[in-house]
Amino acid sequence: MALSTPKSGTPSGTNSNNSSASALRNISFWFAVSALICLLLVDIDIGTADPWAELGLMTAGALSPSVWSWPTLLSSLANTFAFALQGVTIAAIAGFVLALGYRFTLVRAFCAFIRSIHELFWALLFMQVAGLSSLTGLLAIAIPYAGTLAKIYGELFEEVDPAPANNLPHTASRLSHFFYSVVPLAWRSMATYTSYRFECAIRSSAILGFVGLPTLGFHLETALSDGHYSEAAAFFYALLLLIGTLRLWLHKRMLPIYLVAVFYYLPPQATISWQLLVRFVTEDIVPAPLRGQALLSGETSNNFVQWFNLLWQQQVWPGLVNTVLLGQISLVFTGLLALALLPLNSSLFIQRRWKRGIGDSILILLRTLPEYLLAFIGLLILGPSMLPAILALGIHNGAIIGHLLGRYTEELDLRADSSSGITLYFYEVLPRIYRQFLAFLFYRWEVILRETAILGILGIATLGFYIDSAFETFRFDVALLLILVSAALNISVDQFARYLRQRLQLKTVPESL
Amino acid sequence: MNDAVKQPKALFQFSDQRLQYQGRTVLDNLSLSIASGERVALIGESGAGKSTLLKALREQRPDQVAWCPQQPGLVPILSTFHNIYMGALSSHSLAYNLVNLIKPLPGALNIVEPIAKQLGLEQHLFSSTDKLSGGQQQRTSIGRALIQQRGIFLGDEPVANVDEYQGVALLQLICQSHDTVVLALHDIAQALSICTRIIGLQDGAIVLDAPSEQLQASDLAGLYGAS
Repeated sequence: MALSTPKSGTPSGTNSNNSSASALRNISFWFAVSALICLLLVDIDIGTADPWAELGLMTAGALSPSVWSWPTLLSSLANTFAFALQGVTIAAIAGFVLALGYRFTLVRAFCAFIRSIHELFWALLFMQVAGLSSLTGLLAIAIPYAGTLAKIYGELFEEVDPAPANNLPHTASRLSHFFYSVVPLAWRSMATYTSYRFECAIRSSAILGFVGLPTLGFHLETALSDGHYSEAAAFFYALLLLIGTLRLWLHKRMLPIYLVAVFYYLPPQATISWQLLVRFVTEDIVPAPLRGQALLSGETSNNFVQWFNLLWQQQVWPGLVNTVLLGQISLVFTGLLALALLPLNSSLFIQRRWKRGIGDSILILLRTLPEYLLAFIGLLILGPSMLPAILALGIHNGAIIGHLLGRYTEELDLRADSSSGITLYFYEVLPRIYRQFLAFLFYRWEVILRETAILGILGIATLGFYIDSAFETFRFDVALLLILVSAALNISVDQFARYLRQRLQLKTVPESL
Repeated sequence: MNDAVKQPKALFQFSDQRLQYQGRTVLDNLSLSIASGERVALIGESGAGKSTLLKALREQRPDQVAWCPQQPGLVPILSTFHNIYMGALSSHSLAYNLVNLIKPLPGALNIVEPIAKQLGLEQHLFSSTDKLSGGQQQRTSIGRALIQQRGIFLGDEPVANVDEYQGVALLQLICQSHDTVVLALHDIAQALSICTRIIGLQDGAIVLDAPSEQLQASDLAGLYGAS
């Protein structure tokens, strides 16, 4: 018996346009191929003679944490918390104000620009004029976070249900309109996202210690570099504990008290020498051949072109190439790891609640560890190559995406007769979550690239490496140029990811990423 | 029906049982037996307990049942071929299944293609199922049941989304391929022409259970609306 085919069917069933999978498959294939090619071009050797010995020492240290000075530990813990809370508070206020004008291209561009520069680069910049002060720490977090929050708030405002706004009398002022019909609808999502960002800010705050601010990272770096792993372990656990217990003690009602406390404990201040500031802005960051020269003279522009060419060949280009290569490998590794890790907190694969609890905790632990710290530890164990950076970026970001995907699988509506185990994973779950997976991964792309650049400070030859060297040799003009290049790279990748999301019709609402 | 000598062995058996759906009792004091070879139609308003009863039947013999739920539950981005083949996953090795997912294997195509042809889906074999119409999706779901080559077919409105003529043809195909068939149906004419036994459900109880040859459409009309 053959049933007649309805007329709506296309004449050629094998037409690839009829397959929703093919576009997703193609893009995944090309990403994987590009990552493999990148992998051939970078150094991923293990540089240390005996990585197991170092790992053994670290494990021993991790098992015997020791606090050499409680006041130091507690004050660095308090500083880490204070910078993060102050930074996110200022960022939320500034981000809200910026979001009001988010429909203007100029505002969008400004937000994209300030968030494309990593908080460590902002810190390195502010340190030149405000020193290792509390103001530097605050601004380093507040500025890029304001850019991110403005984007999120702005997009949330655009997506709220327009019906309540349309039902208001048109005589009301625009701002009253906004506060009565838009903000209340977006409020919950804003609060959720801001509190997620706060967790990120604690990581950022801890990492600021690596460039000298008095947070947990400062002592972690010292202890790890000196091989005092037991002491490092104490600071490490303090960081985990701080992030892990946030939900228990950081309640909404208590927020005003904490806010007053952190501003009292660590008032944002710095002794800024105005002379120095003026010099920094008008001289130090101006490209060397232009300083004090007539800008329009032929000789000046010649010198400038020469200066730029040399810089391009020696620093900008190699830094850019390495950043892109490392970013691409890390992105694909992140994706693979996320797909491998997602069963850990999915009831489709782990039925027992307590076992899933363990799986969930592993993912939460892995995503709590800042990439920068992971890379630093990786470098100590594996020696200088791109390998520790790839592992660090993959583990942190893979755990974040894997955790979200695992939760997402709980919403899948499977048939009663669906298969189980690996077959279930590949035939039912993977195809159903793949769009969401790519959407998450493309959101994360910009973040991964920002971090890739920053890992250069640890000695991997990405843009951060050249930026750090420029700061060390007081060539601020070079540092600024390189920071702008890294910002341009991040903005381009963000745009490209956006284009891909739209082309593949992936969900464009940001989750907690 | 009550002839104890002629009655074949019961495939499904309920005696005074209570069936629940999401913690709510849907069918109470249920006593029912379905024998091998029967073609049973479950008739009743939505919410009368047809789906709950089908679910309970499936749980009695999960390994012998080809299952065809009301929502086809297909995997959207996979092709018709893959969605039909998924019924045969358990009869192939994991490695075979995984390779077949990436590149349809000749062996699997040989099994799936004739089924797709029977269902009028051969032109859409490699279309993603989210590009199919509702009726095509439902036929794909029937294909997944057919490929399992099991003795019992349990279907919850398996042809609700296809037109009447095709619906009858599909139901005949289902009956040819399975010894025992239990279907939840809303189309009384289809039920009477296809099935040998009609079970009417109303307000959580069986209110009618008779061979279809003894029934007329007017006998079943009371199951809908008036209560």
